[in-house]
Amino acid sequence: MSTTRTYIIGTATEALLVLVLASLAIAAHAAPYVPKDDSVVLEHLPTRASDPVARELRQLRNELAANPRNRGAAIRLAERYFALANADGDPRYIGYAEAALRPWWDLSAPPLDALVMRAILKQYSHDFPGAMKDLEAATREDPENARAWSWRAAIDMVQANYDRARKDCLALNDIESDLYSVGCLAYLDGTTGKAAVAYRALSEAFARSSEVPPEVKVWVLTRLAEMSQRMGNVKQAEEHFRAAYFEPINDQFLLGAYSDFLLDQGRPDEVIPLLADWFKSDILLLRLAIAERILKAPKAAEHIEALRSRFEAAALRGDKLHQQEEARFNLYLLGNKEKALALAQENWRLQREPRDARILLEAALAMKDPAAAQDALDWLERSGNEDPLIRQTAQKLMALKR
Amino acid sequence: MKAATGVLAAVLLALFATGAFAHKPSDSYLAISVEGTDVRGQWDIALRDLDFAIGVDDNGDGNITWGEVKAHQAEIAAYALARLKLRSGGADCPVHAIAFLADDHSDGAYSVMRFEGTCKVEADAIEISYSLFADLDPQHKGLLRLEHGGGTRTGIFSPERATQSFELEKISAFTQFFDYAREGVWHIWIGFDHILFLLSLLLPAVLALGGGRWQAVEHFAPAFWDVFKIVTSFTVAHSITLSLAALGVISLPSRLVESAIAASVVLAALNNILPLVHGRRWMVAFFFGLIHGFGFASVLRDLGLPQNALLIALVGFNLGVEGGQLAIVSAFLPIAYWLRATWFYRRLVFIGGSIAIVAVAGTWLVERAFNMKIITP
Repeated sequence: MSTTRTYIIGTATEALLVLVLASLAIAAHAAPYVPKDDSVVLEHLPTRASDPVARELRQLRNELAANPRNRGAAIRLAERYFALANADGDPRYIGYAEAALRPWWDLSAPPLDALVMRAILKQYSHDFPGAMKDLEAATREDPENARAWSWRAAIDMVQANYDRARKDCLALNDIESDLYSVGCLAYLDGTTGKAAVAYRALSEAFARSSEVPPEVKVWVLTRLAEMSQRMGNVKQAEEHFRAAYFEPINDQFLLGAYSDFLLDQGRPDEVIPLLADWFKSDILLLRLAIAERILKAPKAAEHIEALRSRFEAAALRGDKLHQQEEARFNLYLLGNKEKALALAQENWRLQREPRDARILLEAALAMKDPAAAQDALDWLERSGNEDPLIRQTAQKLMALKR
Repeated sequence: MKAATGVLAAVLLALFATGAFAHKPSDSYLAISVEGTDVRGQWDIALRDLDFAIGVDDNGDGNITWGEVKAHQAEIAAYALARLKLRSGGADCPVHAIAFLADDHSDGAYSVMRFEGTCKVEADAIEISYSLFADLDPQHKGLLRLEHGGGTRTGIFSPERATQSFELEKISAFTQFFDYAREGVWHIWIGFDHILFLLSLLLPAVLALGGGRWQAVEHFAPAFWDVFKIVTSFTVAHSITLSLAALGVISLPSRLVESAIAASVVLAALNNILPLVHGRRWMVAFFFGLIHGFGFASVLRDLGLPQNALLIALVGFNLGVEGGQLAIVSAFLPIAYWLRATWFYRRLVFIGGSIAIVAVAGTWLVERAFNMKIITP
């Protein structure tokens, strides 16, 4: 008896001691603090002042500061910031670009280049109606403006306006080179039930093209991988994903699509090395945490917590840009099906790509509520999208109806 | 065609990546409390944004050190406070910085500036104009938490909504007292850890240890007095620490408190299975009551303590907790006394219940502690 007592007291004391130490470690960063000395590094900036990119941006900013109505400098600066936002996904750059365009931002009819740039920035913040209005004005003014037509296609695709997207791609057909116009139509066909035709057209156009920049290669290869998935050819999809992955540029959207593919194939262990360095990217951290949860990896809890705090911060701000990811987070990491479904439904109002349909169907299936995903079921019927996983989920939902 | 290639490359990527924000956009966190004509606040601004606006990375090495932030404190205060205007009753409420700190938010390091000031007029509304970074990053937002009279409101500032007015309601002392009392009752009802702790100590009250075995007590009176002593000492103890913590005399990290509360539940229930302390359970109740008081205090702190009605809130909350506790005890004691001699009570409720409590509270303990790995060797 006395050994049992000693054991219990000993263990309890030990546990409390560990607790005290652990709590102190946590308490150290729970509130604003005074760093212990001046040399403590608080923040790493994305660029150093001496980087060529930073120098170029500084020069353009100075030029613009001298004359804020210098449209050439303003557009160049906005372009540079937009490219940076695309590369690292940091929306601050979109704000900086918008600031550069301020003299033209509220005009009803700004000059063509400012109009197109404004539309591009608007769509980044999900102001699709505003962006489309500007793009329509731009293509009216200049029917040969390939850039404006491409962005019209992009927005129509996101909103599942396939008839309009086809017109946009066809307009592009007359003015743009092979790979880009074929790419536009192949993206449309690949989404709307003609994956095999689209695959053949895009891979042939790709084979004919030379001097394709790596970011376009990654785009084409990712599209080909997706089409292969829709055709049920897993091996071919993987080959394209891997080829894209070995291109010498980072592309978080490729990494996202590739990770989703691996998760669908039941290979979460391969997702972890792929995304290990992408803690800062919300969309990739989500995939990493899903993989870690499946594998019961020790970091899962920490990453789920980090995601939770980021979604809370977005909610505080009133942002609704992440609802698709937030729905997945709620469904697969928190098990909060009800909230996942509400988010997926709200997301569908704004964005209607296959992955948006997929999370809506999956959340509705988890809630056994086929009516809640009626919009996605209608979309599947209308678009004819061939994704086997989306179709399977839809069938299970339809079976619940009966 | 060559020139168009670069442009269209970006376009093709856009077909894939429309509007996907991978990072958190720029926000600042502004907390303001207004009591009478006094205004106090804390403003957390991302170092990245400050560097973009006024340049903080003096040596240009891409790292911002605390030394660099300190060197720019006056400049940060002047820049930020020029872009925040508080007005009450048509007159300004000038504020000035009083302290600088640092903090980490989910997206990086922030400069933390505390400020205070006095309004010329006490009015029933405060108008806040916010224009930080409006010229540099129109996507930036200011997230406001406004505290007044024990209530908290939130607001979001953007260039489109740069000036907003917030009404400052007067809340009666009675309403305030009642609100806090209700919170106290509510916290006891949803605070399963407190209930389980109390139950662990109360379960043996209708039994007596005789010859190494638990026997049913003969009369109601001793059981009642046992419960009375336990509940009273628990109450006295947690009232002491609740008051001290709420008044800011003592403060403990909440993770430590929450874990220690879980540990207290484990120990109290273990004591029923393997009795170490019997006659003086009221002392156990007192000792651990001190810890539970810190737990109540953190709830009270989260509710926000009105500086002008501290005593009302404290007494109201404490009485609410006692009321909730009393309701539980008066439901428990008659039933336990009635069932005390049965096998059902002595084995299933007492021993089985204690084991279940150890299991539940043990899980809390592990969860609340730093990581699941700590206790497993």
